[in-house]
Amino acid sequence: MKIKINKQIYIGLISVLLGLIAGAILMAFTGNNPFLGYSYLFRGGLMNIERIGNTLATATPLIFTGLSVAFAFKTGLFNIGASGQMLVGGLFATAVALTFNIPRVVLLPTMIIAAMLGGGLWAFIPGLLKARFNVHEVVSTIMMNWIAYWTIYYSVPAFFKGEFLETESRSISSAASLKAEWLTDLFNGSFINYGLFLAVVAVVIIAVILNKTVLGYELKAAGYNRFGAEYAGMKVNRNIILSMVIAGALSGLGGATYYVGYASNIQIGVLPTMGFDGIAAALLGGLNPYGVMAASIFFGIFHSGKGFMNAMTSIPPEIGDTIIATIIYFAATSILIERAINVVRKKVKGEN
Amino acid sequence: MWLLLTQIFPYAIAFTIPLLITSLGGLFSERSGVVNIGLEGLMVVGMFASAVTISTLQPILPEGAIWIGLLSAMVFGALFSLLHAFASINLNADQVISGTAINMIAGALTVFIARTMTGSGNIRITSGFSRMSIPVLHKIPIIGKLFFTQTYISTWLVLLILLLSWLVIYKTAFGLRLRSCGEHPHAADAAGVNVYFIRYMSVMISGAFAGLGGAVLLVTIAGEFSGSVAGLGFLSLAALIFGQWKPLGILGATFFFGFSATLANVSQAVPALAVIPGIILKIFPYVVTLIALVIFSKSSQAPRAVGEPFEHGKR
Repeated sequence: MKIKINKQIYIGLISVLLGLIAGAILMAFTGNNPFLGYSYLFRGGLMNIERIGNTLATATPLIFTGLSVAFAFKTGLFNIGASGQMLVGGLFATAVALTFNIPRVVLLPTMIIAAMLGGGLWAFIPGLLKARFNVHEVVSTIMMNWIAYWTIYYSVPAFFKGEFLETESRSISSAASLKAEWLTDLFNGSFINYGLFLAVVAVVIIAVILNKTVLGYELKAAGYNRFGAEYAGMKVNRNIILSMVIAGALSGLGGATYYVGYASNIQIGVLPTMGFDGIAAALLGGLNPYGVMAASIFFGIFHSGKGFMNAMTSIPPEIGDTIIATIIYFAATSILIERAINVVRKKVKGEN
Repeated sequence: MWLLLTQIFPYAIAFTIPLLITSLGGLFSERSGVVNIGLEGLMVVGMFASAVTISTLQPILPEGAIWIGLLSAMVFGALFSLLHAFASINLNADQVISGTAINMIAGALTVFIARTMTGSGNIRITSGFSRMSIPVLHKIPIIGKLFFTQTYISTWLVLLILLLSWLVIYKTAFGLRLRSCGEHPHAADAAGVNVYFIRYMSVMISGAFAGLGGAVLLVTIAGEFSGSVAGLGFLSLAALIFGQWKPLGILGATFFFGFSATLANVSQAVPALAVIPGIILKIFPYVVTLIALVIFSKSSQAPRAVGEPFEHGKR
């Protein structure tokens, strides 16, 4: 087991390295100095306490979507619908925040529960369709993404129209935000919020569920071999739905940490990219909850640093997304890296 | 009502065509056994390649620029799809993950390059194809008004490709081999078919067609590359399933989607449609696809081996 974990880490690190090299080549090709580019990128993400706070705040929704994808994956389900679940979770949390005027200690938990319900609901449908009719979850979650996109597109202007713009909701009050004054002050006015603590708690809970509980064992069994699990008397169909709902609730929470934590309103016409970046975080993290957290924070540096890099050099900010996308490709083709590692190991052994 | 229909039809057809050709590309890939959810990204690549080509060539070659643009979209789409082919055919990678990576790389990389070129990341072309009515045919009662008036030449090109694709898939040895690779690759292998070659060809065809889809979108509807095709690639994927992996099925499915999308777009201007909330019209194609998936779940015509990696030695 130990060797396997090490291998996962190697593969992850090599994928990252290859992704960074690809980014460097791209920067060089477009007439920029890659070393300068990367130094601004990382400085933009880490150079002072405020930027570190922003990096963590950017990483927070990613931790949730990454966990969501990884959790579903363990059950053999590919949740490509984290974006839609995030949107609906964010909409539910925003709706609660804008509708109820209740004390903060009650309001915040209500919003969080609403976000989990929204995301869970959005994933329940694909889960049900998969369990009951064997409809492939990849297609159904893609459909649910666009249904969510248009639902937000029409319901936000209809019910929560912003003061100035038709394309966003009203801003939530500061009492309804996951941001806390002491935390903002501690990080010199950054976007960091309670979402980060929620994310850490979620990482631990998901790790415990997967590794220490009967439920986690059953979910993983369904992922390894659906028919084997059924033969052993497990309720596979129920577990598929449950796994999707938990994954959706996690993405929904991610939506809350983004729309009522990092931001303070919800915009229409945008399918959040965190849903897809979550796939990258899940893969790079080796589907391990702690790995997902590390990968998300790493991607967080890219997202919060790219603006600074763009301001200091002429490198377009899309370099960050390009590198992340390339990392997924290398993670997907990790068998190539694995073969290379094996060749190197054999050579080392041969020489001894 | 008739007037409304004749007004909507040209738009519905124009919207259908990029979906149709992209979906047809997906058909080649999936019938050979490779899932391609990278269609969205491949469309973006095609749209980008054609936008760069056309905007560069238009000052020198006003007549031929658009055609060269379409060609370059197909070439770049096919080249880009090699990334997916290599991962899913040679490396047995998870095809869905590889497709997702294609979508993400395409979306980020094209905008990255576009930004270094233009600053804003948008690439405009001076003009696309212009609409024309087909001589003689547009005088036929009813169908003349609906199908032969205000058409784009690209529409006829794509319909021709559809016809040829149907012939290739059902009437040639290559088509038979392609379908057998998607149904039972090991049997095909035993019969002497080179599964790797067929799958490579099919994925590249899907890349070329999706690229063409992006280019057609540019020269007929969009007129500008801005880094995304707004989910049309995913909609094409839905049409592929809704059309049950058959050329005529996807013709019907894409037209249905094109028509309902056009209705949604014009609904505010038409009193008879304004009573239907916009959201219903917009989510309609996706909900219908979900329902279709449920209905077809018992008798799905999906290729048996779609998504399964093929390993030569494994039985």
